[in-house]
Amino acid sequence: MGQFLSYAIPGIPYGCTFAIVAVGLVLTYQATGVFNFAFGAQAYVSAYVYALLTEHGMNRFGAFAVSVLLLAPLLGLLFDRLLFSRIARANVTAKIVSALGLFVGLPSLLAVVFGSATRYAPPSVLFNPATVYFHVGSTPINGIELATVIVTVVVVVALMVLLRYTAYGLKMRAAVESGRLLELDGVNASAVVSSAWMISSLLAGLAGVLLAPQYPTVSSNTYAVLLVAAIAAAALGALRSIPLALVGGIALGVVEGLASGYFAPGSILHTGLLPAIPFLALVFLLLFLPGMRSLDEPNDPLSSVDPPIPPSITTTRSRDIDRVVRVGRWALAIFFVFSVLTWVPGNWVFTLSTGIALSTIFLSITLITGMGGQLSLCQATFAGIGAFAAGQLALHAGLPILLGAVTGALLAAVIGAVAALPALRLRGLPLALLTLSFALLADYVAFPPSWAGGPVTGLNVPRPQIGPINFATSSTRAFFLLALVMLVLASTVVLLIQRGTLGRFLGAMRGSPVGAASIGINLSWTKVLLFALSAGLAGLGGAVYGSLQQVVTPVDFNYEFSLIFVVVVVTTGVNTVEGAIQAGIGFVVIQQLLSYLPGRAGSGSLTVLLFALGALTYARHPEGVVEYQKRIWTERFEGLFDRRNPQGQGELALPGGSPGGAS
Amino acid sequence: MTGRVEGAALLEVRGLTKSFGAITAVRDVDLVVGPGERVGLVGPNGAGKTTLFNCICGQTQADAGTVVFRGIDLGSKPTFERARLGIGRTFQRVEVFPELTVAEHLMVAERARRGDGRLWKDLLGRSALSAQESARVEAMLVLVGLDGLANVPVAALGLGTCRLVELARALIGEPVLLLADEPSSGLDAHETAELASVLRRVSGEHEMAVLLVEHDLGLVARVAERTVVMDVGGVIANGTFDAVMADQRVRHAYLGKSA
Ligand SMILES: Nc1ncnc2c1ncn2[C@@H]1O[C@H](COP(=O)(O)OP(=O)(O)OP(=O)(O)O)[C@@H](O)[C@H]1O
Ligand SMILES: [Mg+2]
Repeated sequence: MGQFLSYAIPGIPYGCTFAIVAVGLVLTYQATGVFNFAFGAQAYVSAYVYALLTEHGMNRFGAFAVSVLLLAPLLGLLFDRLLFSRIARANVTAKIVSALGLFVGLPSLLAVVFGSATRYAPPSVLFNPATVYFHVGSTPINGIELATVIVTVVVVVALMVLLRYTAYGLKMRAAVESGRLLELDGVNASAVVSSAWMISSLLAGLAGVLLAPQYPTVSSNTYAVLLVAAIAAAALGALRSIPLALVGGIALGVVEGLASGYFAPGSILHTGLLPAIPFLALVFLLLFLPGMRSLDEPNDPLSSVDPPIPPSITTTRSRDIDRVVRVGRWALAIFFVFSVLTWVPGNWVFTLSTGIALSTIFLSITLITGMGGQLSLCQATFAGIGAFAAGQLALHAGLPILLGAVTGALLAAVIGAVAALPALRLRGLPLALLTLSFALLADYVAFPPSWAGGPVTGLNVPRPQIGPINFATSSTRAFFLLALVMLVLASTVVLLIQRGTLGRFLGAMRGSPVGAASIGINLSWTKVLLFALSAGLAGLGGAVYGSLQQVVTPVDFNYEFSLIFVVVVVTTGVNTVEGAIQAGIGFVVIQQLLSYLPGRAGSGSLTVLLFALGALTYARHPEGVVEYQKRIWTERFEGLFDRRNPQGQGELALPGGSPGGAS
Repeated sequence: MTGRVEGAALLEVRGLTKSFGAITAVRDVDLVVGPGERVGLVGPNGAGKTTLFNCICGQTQADAGTVVFRGIDLGSKPTFERARLGIGRTFQRVEVFPELTVAEHLMVAERARRGDGRLWKDLLGRSALSAQESARVEAMLVLVGLDGLANVPVAALGLGTCRLVELARALIGEPVLLLADEPSSGLDAHETAELASVLRRVSGEHEMAVLLVEHDLGLVARVAERTVVMDVGGVIANGTFDAVMADQRVRHAYLGKSA
């Protein structure tokens, strides 16, 4: 019993940090319908600023006041006013994508502003971390633990008093209990919503600063785990109950405490299972808690029917312009390939090859999210499976890398199909959360062993040898061509699907799953096929990427990339093949160009930040902001020449015509 | 459609019950529909008509009771299998595919019913509409009066037209039983008259049974050969339109609710 308590008790303060963020999640989700993925990043921002300020000699109370009491609510207010209040009527995907934009954008913003230097653990706000203040039974309680528990109790009591005994609290509770119906009652909902945002952001910041001293450095990964743990805690009450979120957070902390005590250090349980507990808890709750499964079901009487995505400009522009664009595009493509093969400098050839490999991975997002309407947040994981399988097969079985790449793609497809099984009954937010859990499970459990993700020094993925051509010794230009062939193959597959029956089935499923089932479409099978195809494409792209880089590590394919990939692709256009290719090339080209800028920030962070800003416009331009600009410019151009395409031209355009297709 | 025993019921619902929490939406309902028979299903709001449809087509799992269709106990068969067995459906709250054109709706329905739409056909570029398929699509468009709108994305259409798209989408699958949930709402008087004649014609020519939920009792009177009345989850009357409308309980259910 003594031992049990000595394991369980340290879990409580840990769980308190989960609970604080979980309460914030519930508050904003209920008041605004936004599931704020960005709370993890917001916690990171506060922790980072707190560490930065104390590092520069500021008193820790001052630093706390600035980073938590001031900055955190301000961020919440800004997010609400500038972003989320403007997309209150948007669909679930748009809200998730916007929150994801913040999730990947905020850490990048910090890196851009403050440089990428490591921030070490800041001092604890209240007590001395190293000092043991007293014992519970025989369990020592140190300063951090004491501070965390005290702060949590104070916060929860304050929140309860606010919600229960003030007029404001009554409105907020009404918002939490009956969601957006509040608006019908003529309460000034936007003020209530804003304060919900400020309070929950404050909570996130608080959790961030409380947690920071417990880790050697302030890293955004810590906060991603914090976020998922908080989501799992909030899931216990199906994102609806604040008390259950609290209980969930503390319970999760205690379970982790017990697990870290009882699992033998160094055992597979300790290294593998322990860090995965929050993810497993979330997966479990998503699959078995009916309230979580049905999160997105249209029970919101105020939710509107989504306006349709405008048709791709390729289908509406006038024939003359269409011809010019088509010819121009071929000319550009030929010029591009010719240039890369001849005069483009070597480092750029490498960059562009990376872009081509990324484009192949991005096509998997076009397929699953653009065409299938399923927001998957683990596409980088599938890419990793392809790369690691190809590398391991080359290393252990001596399999030629091209064969290994195909095998890797197939393996990714099989795993994708298996991953689709639990996802069958989920869509929207629950699906996004499930796939995010998969990505984190892979990061923490599946990829670290050396038989999977390779040794710590990285896994070698060789360059291929075709006949007399050895792609390792010959110039990167040759490899570029090979990567391009793979991309063309992948694009062709996606285009054929888009123009074929499956593309129409996916359109039906996206539009109305109920309607699709009523005419005999087997939704389960379609979804499994979709996941398998998409994972296969990602796996192929991952293998090409790996072979180009020649050494890969699990960090190259971690959850962050899954999120960044989605953010990048929705910015350029998630509905077209063209969008994926522009995303791949654009991402690396911008990064390379920015690297010429003088400055201390990595060009990577700046690039991610740019695309994150693009993702924030997703709700307004679901076709992608680049695609949107293309339409605007084409229309302006057409207006100039008065060559608008007369409506309703053409005969019965059935398969073979291309809805939203690009070539 | 094969294997139907002459004289046997097409659809046989026995003791069907479905509750949502404290509300029993459908309570111990028995309902029999013969081959080619057109049955009106009426009742005040919340009577459980849509829930009954959902249980028949498999969108909702009933708590108790059986649904036997063409002699097959549907048990827990998923919706798509029921559709392929010949249950077509339109929805009270339209369930169209906004990004697809009208013609694509029909093409999708045509292929889904047959379980066609193999991936390899797409990958070999062999998924273009066959001459036979286009003919069927065109014929259906003409039948429901949607010709001319073939290539318009459904998102651009009004509610009434969307209902016609749904109807055409259901009919092109050649259902043996059509479940139509308030198909006339959003249609004007002329369109409603057209709808009535389409339903009668298809039903007559292809021996398609129809289960028609309607608040427009005039339409029910014109289409249905028999009328079933539901109230608070149960069937309270069953007979010819005039007979059920004269029934004391039916009058009470309607007047009691709407007064
Ligand atoms: N998914 C659901 N969850 C909870 N209650 C439901 C659900 N679906 C239906 N109900 C309830 O079941 C009852 C029957 O509803 P149903 O939609 O079947 O009635 P209806 O006869 O079709 O009514 P209407 O004429 O308004 O369409 C109603 O009280 C409704 O509120
Ligand atoms: Mg109804």
